[in-house]
Amino acid sequence: MARRVRGANPEALGGLLMIAPPAVYALLLLAAPLLLLLVYSFWTDGYLEIIRDFTFANYHETWTNPLYRGVMMRSLMVSLLVTVSTVLLAFPVAYFVSFHVAPNRKSTWLFLITIPFWTSYLIRVFLWKVILGYNGVLNAGLLKTGIISEPLTFLLYNTNSVVITLAHAYAPFAILPIFVALERIDRSLLEAGQDLGESKLMTFFRVTLPLAMPGLVGAVLIVFIPTIGDYVTPQLVGGPEGRMVANLIQLQYLRLDNYPLGSAIAISAMGIVALLSAVFLFMTRKYLRGPK
Amino acid sequence: MKGVAIFRAYALAYLLFLYAPIVLLPIFAFNNGTVIAFPLQGFTLRWFAQMWTEPGLGQAVRNSLIIAVSTAVLATMLGVFAARASTRYAFPAKGPLMGLIMLPLVLPEIIVAVSLLVVLLGIGVPLSILTIILGHVLMTTPFAIAILSSSFQSLDRSLEEAAYDLGETRLSAFRLVILPLVMPGIISSLLISFTLSLDEFIIAFFLGGTQVTLPVYIFAQFRFPASVPVIMALGTILVALSVLLLTIAEYFRRRGITRSGGTDTGGFL
Amino acid sequence: MIPKAPIADQTMIEFRDVQKWYGDYHALRGISAKIRAGEFFSLLGPSGCGKTTLLRTIAGFEGISDGVVLVDGKDMADVPANKRPTNMMFQSYAIFPHLTVAQNVGFGLRKQRLSKDEMARRVGEALEMVGLEGYGARAAHALSGGQRQRVALARALILKPKVLLLDEPLSALDKKMREQMQVELIKLQRQVGITFILVTHDQEEALVMSDRIAVMFDGEIAQLSDAETLYRRPKSRRVAEFIGTMNFLPATVIAESDDVVEVDAQGFGRMTLAADQVGADAGHGTSVGFRPETLTIIQDAPIAGGREVPAIIEEVVYYGDMTYYDVRIEGTERAARLSMRNTFNRAVLDRGAAVRIAWSPAALILFR
Repeated sequence: MARRVRGANPEALGGLLMIAPPAVYALLLLAAPLLLLLVYSFWTDGYLEIIRDFTFANYHETWTNPLYRGVMMRSLMVSLLVTVSTVLLAFPVAYFVSFHVAPNRKSTWLFLITIPFWTSYLIRVFLWKVILGYNGVLNAGLLKTGIISEPLTFLLYNTNSVVITLAHAYAPFAILPIFVALERIDRSLLEAGQDLGESKLMTFFRVTLPLAMPGLVGAVLIVFIPTIGDYVTPQLVGGPEGRMVANLIQLQYLRLDNYPLGSAIAISAMGIVALLSAVFLFMTRKYLRGPK
Repeated sequence: MKGVAIFRAYALAYLLFLYAPIVLLPIFAFNNGTVIAFPLQGFTLRWFAQMWTEPGLGQAVRNSLIIAVSTAVLATMLGVFAARASTRYAFPAKGPLMGLIMLPLVLPEIIVAVSLLVVLLGIGVPLSILTIILGHVLMTTPFAIAILSSSFQSLDRSLEEAAYDLGETRLSAFRLVILPLVMPGIISSLLISFTLSLDEFIIAFFLGGTQVTLPVYIFAQFRFPASVPVIMALGTILVALSVLLLTIAEYFRRRGITRSGGTDTGGFL
Repeated sequence: MIPKAPIADQTMIEFRDVQKWYGDYHALRGISAKIRAGEFFSLLGPSGCGKTTLLRTIAGFEGISDGVVLVDGKDMADVPANKRPTNMMFQSYAIFPHLTVAQNVGFGLRKQRLSKDEMARRVGEALEMVGLEGYGARAAHALSGGQRQRVALARALILKPKVLLLDEPLSALDKKMREQMQVELIKLQRQVGITFILVTHDQEEALVMSDRIAVMFDGEIAQLSDAETLYRRPKSRRVAEFIGTMNFLPATVIAESDDVVEVDAQGFGRMTLAADQVGADAGHGTSVGFRPETLTIIQDAPIAGGREVPAIIEEVVYYGDMTYYDVRIEGTERAARLSMRNTFNRAVLDRGAAVRIAWSPAALILFR
């Protein structure tokens, strides 16, 4: 290695060269397109061509048209519901695998939990339709056992079915970060908690839960952010009242050919998600600090 | 302990919830009825036989395979660069750059799809299999990086230095030492990227133009109740294939960890 | 101590004002030193002192910001690590986990395109040298810590380097194993005659193994000398405190000439010290220092003509072979630690006992 001048960092150049292929790829095919999307949202659809004049009209339309605003609010509601239910339902599973499964069997449990995630999303969503439908598996089972006398109709083609299906689809995303955070907790801290006179339950609330917060925060974000943009689930099991923002974007782009309005809706949705995520991160910041 | 029993019961119930749709899939695939509902009508293989006569299915499978294989190779190559850069080097703007590359992990796919669509149409690139590959590589690279990073992370940096110290060049040290040790991760990454791409719908739907992939084909068939049983048969095969690939990927991931002397506590992601 | 092989008076490594910056951090601050051919040399210091960085500049893993590193008279500035006549034994051993023991040991021979038989012969020789005959076919990841260490050694020596660099090679071993390996390394070094440069933070290890030791603090060499000089005549209070235990008593310099210093030390009174008994005080103020074993506690008859001061035993720490006594010499404020070897007919003294301490100016060092 040749002599180098003071202050020069030989590693930086190597690192930049190494990161260049994926970074250039992401800059060209992700950062640039996202920027263009932003630019489009300030232009106007002129039927045959895009009118390149700066305007807030698309945002005005997005936020004042009751149809769009309604869909946006519903998407947010659904995402929040999905996030809360997924994370709450997932926590005990992550806790069980981390604290009560023998170390050599943990990865088998994680493997079992992740497998459904990797199998055809479309077909999984469709099968929820089969399970929740009027003549569906659930209704058939409940009718047969005599718990209900008529098929339940509130299961499919509404917000409920969207929430259930998405909670299913994003389960591993919630379990894994929580599991990782729980795994990192030094077990002697819990013994210390009990040694200092706390009950098991209080030790959980005073020691385990605060230390698991980074995982919980990660789980919340990794479920909340993508669900708001989900297209397949609302399309297949949502029915007319279960439509979400992705369906609206698809409609603008592929049916109505209104790219600027579609872009404004997409940017608005992302903006809300980013804002809510930032607020959430700010609220939970005291749990995220601490030793690395 | 009673508490543990409750937790175990809950975890098993949760697994049942996770597996409910997948368990139903083969049941309807072999069910001799045109409606996807109970009661079952008896055993049949006709939906599997009928798959071969479906128009368009063969082309969709071919398209999907071309896309998935290309995506797997490209995403894994980009993943190797990124994983090595992030685990081995310190460089300016590392956080923002890695953040951008990993962004598709949380970004809704529809956003990726429409922003790419706008650009591609803007610069006049015709939509085709190629444009789907571009989108899929973008989407699967973060997963490849996540898998490969754990392989590269567990590598002792002095292994590379030792090879270099013993007279090898940077390149031959990489070939003789690093590559064999991260190979399980690379295979795992290839399989996962392949599986993800094969299953991806939105990007293929937006960027495919007239080219139909398997998920796009399946989505279209859902509109025709008569074709659904065939889709169930097709889905059964796909799920079986995914499980097989994932099991192989998991095998290699674990072998990689044992080889480099680590202990195994994690899963994918 | 095992007798050392005679060392040729030829320089193998030379540092000339070597500087290393990591951004704003000054890791090596002008290192100048010569290491002789065939020498067992140690770089000793606390973590972060730059010893590993210095070792890695010899190997070529770290570039230097300024100065010159010469190996066997050749400037290494433009010689990459894979072309240098040095080999390294890594702290983690860096055994390639996907290869067998023989493939690991023979790794560096690949470029020489030897015949299969020649290769096997050389690998066999190297394994024999480190006491691992017949281990060639073993998988590397199935070895114990001590075996890995030997494989790393054989692998580094098979290329017959001019210099073997050892980066904390024994730190991963338990105490017994470590002591055994220290002796084996010394014997091996004498057998092969290669210059060994050892990096360690363990002062005892450095004292046991090295012909000469460079003690490093904050990117500088604080003292470079043989083990005995380092222990008996530390050049600064910092070196004295880092190596072994030393007691300090406040002192004032009364008069000095070219070859002697007249000192008045608390508890001991006036004395004359030779010029080589003087070190730097490193900001602690003037004091005299002495090692625990250099003073003797006496209870009965005074030694004829000896210098003695009265003292009280404040604490007794019994170690089996040794006993440590914290004694307060009359006229001093803090207790000093003395050690006495426990012999068959000497009783361990009690706490609170009034004793006398026999001392000699030769045992003292002045730090100013």
